[in-house]
Amino acid sequence: MLAKRIIPCLDVNAGRVVKGINFVGLRDAGDPVEVAARYNKQGADEITFLDITASSDNRDLILHIVEAVATQVFIPLTVGGGVRKVEDVRRLLNAGADKISINTAAVQTPQLIADASSHYGSQCIVVAVDAKRVEGPGPAHWEVYTHGGRRATGLDALEWGRHAQELGAGEILLTSMDRDGTRAGFDIELTRAFSDALSIPVIASGGVGNLEHLVDGIAQGHADAVLAASIFHYGEFTVGQAKQLMAARGIEVRL
Amino acid sequence: MTDIAVIDYGMGNLHSVSTRLMQAAPDLKITVTSDPAVVAAAARVVFPGQGAMPDCMRELDAHGLHKAVLEAAYTKPFLGICIGLQMLFASSEEGNVGCLDVLSGQVRRFAGSMTTADGERVKVPHMGWNRVRQVAAHPLWQGVTDQAHFYFVHSYYVETADSSMIAGTSDYPLPFTCAIARDNVFAVQFHPEKSGADGLQVLSNFVRWQPVSWLARPRRLAVG
Repeated sequence: MLAKRIIPCLDVNAGRVVKGINFVGLRDAGDPVEVAARYNKQGADEITFLDITASSDNRDLILHIVEAVATQVFIPLTVGGGVRKVEDVRRLLNAGADKISINTAAVQTPQLIADASSHYGSQCIVVAVDAKRVEGPGPAHWEVYTHGGRRATGLDALEWGRHAQELGAGEILLTSMDRDGTRAGFDIELTRAFSDALSIPVIASGGVGNLEHLVDGIAQGHADAVLAASIFHYGEFTVGQAKQLMAARGIEVRL
Repeated sequence: MTDIAVIDYGMGNLHSVSTRLMQAAPDLKITVTSDPAVVAAAARVVFPGQGAMPDCMRELDAHGLHKAVLEAAYTKPFLGICIGLQMLFASSEEGNVGCLDVLSGQVRRFAGSMTTADGERVKVPHMGWNRVRQVAAHPLWQGVTDQAHFYFVHSYYVETADSSMIAGTSDYPLPFTCAIARDNVFAVQFHPEKSGADGLQVLSNFVRWQPVSWLARPRRLAVG
C-alpha cells in the first residue's frame, strides 16, 4: 500500500533557508544542504525547496543548491519558485531536481503546464496553488493568488486545480494563504475539496503547528502528502515523531 | 574502458543515478553516455529515463541508441529503471507506440477510477513510497528486506503473461509487477537512486552481479 508522505519544505532566499509568516517577515533557518541532510536522516519522504529569492542576481544560486543537495540526499527533491519557461524546468531537472513546482507562470501561461508535462512527463510537474478563502454567502470557495501571495487573480481555486490537472499537472501543492504561518492547522475544507475532486495527488500545506495537524490533513483532508516547515526547522518536532504518531493512528507511513 | 554505461537519450535527470552508482562502485568507471560505441564497449548498462513514452522512443532512435540498447539487453548485466523497464516491453498504451520488444507484455495505464478498501480515491500518478514484495529470490534483492519501501512515480505499469520473469510486485490497489528479472536483465519500476539505503543496496548488488546472459543461456536445440 502506498505510504502517505511527509514533506519538509525549505523556503530558500539568497542561498539560506528562511521562514516567513503569512508570506512576509523572514527568519533565518539554516544552510539548505545541512537542513536537507538532517531531514533525510529523520526519514523525510521528499524535500521541497521553494526559491523565494527576489533579486534576479541570485537566481542561479538555487541550481547550485539543488546540485549540492542531490549529491548528498537520495530521496526526491521538488524545486519551485521563479519557474517561468520550459527551459527553467530543464535546467532544474538537470541540476538534480525530480519534480518542478510552477505557480505564477502556470496561471499566466497555462500552456507551460502542457508543454513541460508533455515533454518531461506529468510525474515531474507540480502546480502550486496559493488559495485564499473568499468570504461571503454560498458554498465555500477560494481564490488563487500569485506572485508569492501578493496578487489576486480572480480565479476560483478548485476550477484552476481541475484545469491544471487537465493540462497535465502530475500533482498539486495546495497552500492555504489564510493558514500559512498561523500554526492553526490546515484548512481542512480546502484540502478535502481538492483531494476529493482531483485524480492527481494533493499535498496539503499551510498552517501546521503540531503533529496532530499532520494527521488531520490526511485523515480529514484526504491529502496524499503533508508539507510543513517551521515545526521541523526549529527542532520542535522531528519527521520521525510525526511518522510515529501517524502510524499509531493507522496511517500507512514509511518508517 | 567504461565499466558501467548510463544511457542518456536526453530524457530527464541522470544526476542521481550516476552519483548513486559511483557510491555503490567507487572503483568502477561510470559514464553517462549517448554514444552507442561506449554502450557497446561497457561491461554493464543502466537504462534509466523519465518522460512520455512516445518522446522516449523517438529520442532513443534520434540518438542512434536503439540497437545498442537491444544488444546490451541480450548480452550483459542490464538494469532498467522506470521507463527503462517499460521500454523493454512490446508496446505501450502511452501514445500507443511500439517499444523495444525484448520482453513479452504491454505497458498499461492505471485506471483513474479505482478506490481503496477504505473508499479513498486512488490517485494517478502512483507517486510516493510503496512496499515491494519480493516474489522471486534474486541476487539484486540480497540484503533488502522483503516488503521494503521504494520510491515510485509513474502512471503506467507493465503487464506480462510470463510470470516466470516477475521478481517483485506492489499493490496500487491491485498487485502490479514492479520488478522483472530475465537472464542478464533486471528492471524495476521504482527509483533505486531515490530510495535511500534500500535503493543503494539494489545498485550495489547490480554492480557485482554476474548473470548468465540471454545469449549464453544453454538452449535445447530442436532435433529431428
